[in-house]
Amino acid sequence: MLKCESDLGHIPSGCAISGIFNRKGKRIDGNKIIKSIALMHDRSNGLGGGFAAYGIYPKYKDFYAFHVMFDDEESKERLECYLAQHFIIEKDERIPTRKTERIHNAPLLWRYFVEVDNKRLDDDVDKEDHVVNEVMHINSSIAGAFISSSGKNMGGFKGVGYPEDIAHYYRLEEYNAYLWTAHGRFPTNTPGWWGGAHPMTLLDWSVVHNGEISSYGINKRYLEMFGYKMELMTDTEVIAYLFDLLVRRHKLPLRVATAALAPPFWKDIDVMPAAEKQAYTALRMVYGGALMNGPFSILVGFRGGVVGLNDRIKLRPMIAAEKNDFLYMSSEEAGIRVIEPDPDRVWAPRAGTPVIGLLEDEV
Amino acid sequence: MAKIDANEMHYKVLNEKILSLTKQGEKHIELQHVCGQKFIGDGLKGNVKIDIYGIPGNDLAAFMDGPEIEVHCNGQDGIGNTMNAGTVVIHGHAGDVIGYGMRGGKIFIQGDVGYRVGIHMKAYLNNVPYIVIGGTACNFFGEYMAGGVMVLLGLNTTDGCPMAGDYVGSGMHGGVVYIRGDVEDRYLARDVRKTELDDADRARLEPLVKEYCQHFGYDYKTAMDSKKFIKLVPRSSRPYGNLYTS
Amino acid sequence: MAVTQVPPEFTVNINDRKCVRCKRCTNECGFDALSYNKEYDAIIADDSKCVACHRCTTMCPKFAIRIEDNSLAYKANANFSPTHRKNILKQAETGGILLGAMGCDLPYPIFWDHILIDACQVTNPSIDPLREPMELRTYLGRKPDRLEFDGKDDQDIFKLKTELAPNLKLDFPLVFGGMSFGAVSYNVHKSLMMAAQRTGVMMNTGEGGLHEDFYQYRDNVIVQTASGRFGVHADYLNAGAAIEIKIGQGAKPGIGGHLPGEKVNEVISKTRMVPVGADLLSPAPHHDIYSIEDLGQLIFALKEASRYKIPVGVKVAAVHNIAAICSGIVRAGADFVTIDGFRGGTGAALKVVRDNVGIPIELGLAAVDDRLRQEGIRNQASIICGGGIRQSADMIKAIALGADAVMIGTSALVALGCRVCQKCNTNKCSWGIATQNPKLTARLDPEEGAQHVTNLVSAWSHETQEVLGALGVNSIESLRGSRERLRGIGLDEKTLEILGIKPAGR
Repeated sequence: MLKCESDLGHIPSGCAISGIFNRKGKRIDGNKIIKSIALMHDRSNGLGGGFAAYGIYPKYKDFYAFHVMFDDEESKERLECYLAQHFIIEKDERIPTRKTERIHNAPLLWRYFVEVDNKRLDDDVDKEDHVVNEVMHINSSIAGAFISSSGKNMGGFKGVGYPEDIAHYYRLEEYNAYLWTAHGRFPTNTPGWWGGAHPMTLLDWSVVHNGEISSYGINKRYLEMFGYKMELMTDTEVIAYLFDLLVRRHKLPLRVATAALAPPFWKDIDVMPAAEKQAYTALRMVYGGALMNGPFSILVGFRGGVVGLNDRIKLRPMIAAEKNDFLYMSSEEAGIRVIEPDPDRVWAPRAGTPVIGLLEDEV
Repeated sequence: MAKIDANEMHYKVLNEKILSLTKQGEKHIELQHVCGQKFIGDGLKGNVKIDIYGIPGNDLAAFMDGPEIEVHCNGQDGIGNTMNAGTVVIHGHAGDVIGYGMRGGKIFIQGDVGYRVGIHMKAYLNNVPYIVIGGTACNFFGEYMAGGVMVLLGLNTTDGCPMAGDYVGSGMHGGVVYIRGDVEDRYLARDVRKTELDDADRARLEPLVKEYCQHFGYDYKTAMDSKKFIKLVPRSSRPYGNLYTS
Repeated sequence: MAVTQVPPEFTVNINDRKCVRCKRCTNECGFDALSYNKEYDAIIADDSKCVACHRCTTMCPKFAIRIEDNSLAYKANANFSPTHRKNILKQAETGGILLGAMGCDLPYPIFWDHILIDACQVTNPSIDPLREPMELRTYLGRKPDRLEFDGKDDQDIFKLKTELAPNLKLDFPLVFGGMSFGAVSYNVHKSLMMAAQRTGVMMNTGEGGLHEDFYQYRDNVIVQTASGRFGVHADYLNAGAAIEIKIGQGAKPGIGGHLPGEKVNEVISKTRMVPVGADLLSPAPHHDIYSIEDLGQLIFALKEASRYKIPVGVKVAAVHNIAAICSGIVRAGADFVTIDGFRGGTGAALKVVRDNVGIPIELGLAAVDDRLRQEGIRNQASIICGGGIRQSADMIKAIALGADAVMIGTSALVALGCRVCQKCNTNKCSWGIATQNPKLTARLDPEEGAQHVTNLVSAWSHETQEVLGALGVNSIESLRGSRERLRGIGLDEKTLEILGIKPAGR
């Protein structure tokens, strides 16, 4: 459960992903997503499972919900001391869990609903940048404490185990969310570290990822230039940070951001009409360090919706479906049909083409 | 006929049941409530027809050697991987990597297929694999093809996307692909030559299209005559001879 | 022809039975080492003139000529090697500075040969470059921190608002490094420019200006302006796709250039705008650049003169504080920085400087790339690096360390026929490369030369694609700066730290 030496380097992940999103913000409990990911059981090997859920804390929706994993009581004290000095804590409590047969060595799990202490904020510092910096600082410097999600009105629930067992452990059927994403992992190392499971999160960004990023080395160094710190020994975390950088900080529209991450090939850009060609050429010139190479299919959740994306030559599977206001995405069509046997539309998204689901109204 | 209710059944259990029924001489098996079970029909031999209701999981009919499988739903990835003989019919679309290394038998897909379909298909004497697709295909169609026949009908083309994707026939060095419609030259790999059909081609193509139409209730005349077919063949069986020095 | 006590380095042995007395070798040797003796009906060799350029042995139709080391037994001495003893003898005889050409040839460690490359297996597929797309296109120049677009999240079309600075588009991340017209011949320049055009890369003119015959190659030419300002005028500045200010080069950091008067003929005189036969000195510093802000001033003067239409960069030698130097150069407004490592070649240099001054490009590059990233300015200028790049593997490793592109000088000349005999300063190059002697320069046919260099680039390009494929990457920007894909072997901890790579096994 303790984080291992970074001698191990990053750990690649093969796996299964699934997501359910309701455009109108209607909330459903965790049962469906659990069923979906459980069906794809054989894509994982029991060494990691996790879920992201949005809209789960309506009572505290204006507070940052820090989900924290502690090695021990001392780490908890250390963190709480720090939090008390840097944030205003509205409420904190143990994350409810239940004994589950195949889940062992769980860390101490706690959640804090916090607000930024404005007195501690410099005038020109953006509040969200501040929270990002604080979370990065805590994860790299406060021993034994790890913040696994830090967004508002959302949370990441993850650990070492099959996803359905993780769901059972965290009692996910008791939560109601308008967006659920899930992940089952097949890592080739056994760190036994709960923080290494998916989703990887930053603020309200969450990522579940099937594949391996062969450009990790440069994506990491590109992000480090902007102050992000890679702490999770998994290539997936760069995806969350890339979305945070491109969409939140650089304010690129979503389709532009995904085009930077999985751009068309030069030979296709060269024959586009002039304005498009100029835009894509500039995008590749400036954001080359953000290009994600290697096979991937990802589901990225955020406050306003969800994005599904594949790599430029679609080396990992992804299928999407719609039924009324629900949007489904999964590594296998069976993962959708087991919870929605009669969809209105089923399609396979193309390489590098995002599937975007947006909330129609503020929730 | 034997029926199996596959609801919540693990694929290992399901496939064992199928195998034992086949060994006992069962000629017709019906699977109900299938949802995502993998490896159905894998390595299966024998004279048996399996009807599948619900969506089968990945690697349907991999290494299959003789039976007939009909899916009354969509298919997923990996269908007919290194299949040697038999027939697979999918009433819907299918995913990626269909017929990888296929060496014989036939696959009929009513709708569209995904990426990397028909890679490294091979043929030898009478053992020839066939894949017939009613809709469109995505990139790397027929990559490394060494033998066999693929037919792409594009009966439903409404998309702006090219009907056979990009990098068609990359590394092709054997076999033939018939496409109902056209593929722009820039989407064809340089290993591929586009040409017209001759009588021998038509003799090969017509029964395949006929069989497709029979399976899916499509009008044969519309399929065969409403659009011209093109043929794709490899330029050479040794495309990379000049690349090396020592 | 002074008698010297220093023994010849090589000995020429002609096989009497094989030799058919065609006398071709006597003509081919640029150093007058071979002559025909009528009385004995034999080819006689003056060993003291032989430089092992291999022209004679390559041209001999009967393969009758062997060039061998003139191996004399020296009393073994681990400290005073034969070379040391010979050098002292030479200096004692002449009182002269030892001169050399091409790059440092001493056995300092070569870090490229201690770096290994990763490959993908199982958890990540490799890619087949012969059948799947593999992109090597590279843009050199200044890039903004970010882009601004018009468009909403749910729309398909978006319009670019940010305007970008001019960039060079290369089909392959390679530049033919600056070799001056003067140091090399007209036909060398022509071969390189033609090859650059055919392969979609860039050629650098070096500090000798650009012959007006070559203005047609402008899209593939970087025009250099050095401290001597040879051949620099407004049209010249607009005759290339980019301008490079040469501050230094790897072979002789801190030292200026020297083109001996013998090499300054009519054509050189016209191109460089100097008198015929004059010894041409490029001063060590630019006498108008005594501090970093002066450099900034020159950069913008050139940008004004070229109407901001093309990138303006700076070339420096890799020395100890190269990271800080490059940071200053980037902040002074340079659109690209060319870093030449201590193994870089030259037409003529003091051996004491060539062999002892500067640092290897592997370390310089790693330090600069790190520093620019730490300061958050890596995007403001592209890095071109060179100085002994011998093969595609070196290039690939350089890119993984962080280079945008590499430059080759020596390798390009070898492709044209150079055998690296290191006698460029004598103007006697038998291959017609590093000389202005018309009898010799005619030996290099530009069409053939261009084809050979094109072949080299093409072969390296295929090799690069194969390695990228093995790395599971289909665009070079995913390798660029990805030090994670490299491992060191036989390197100490500090060197690994400077290179920013892990040891093999981790």
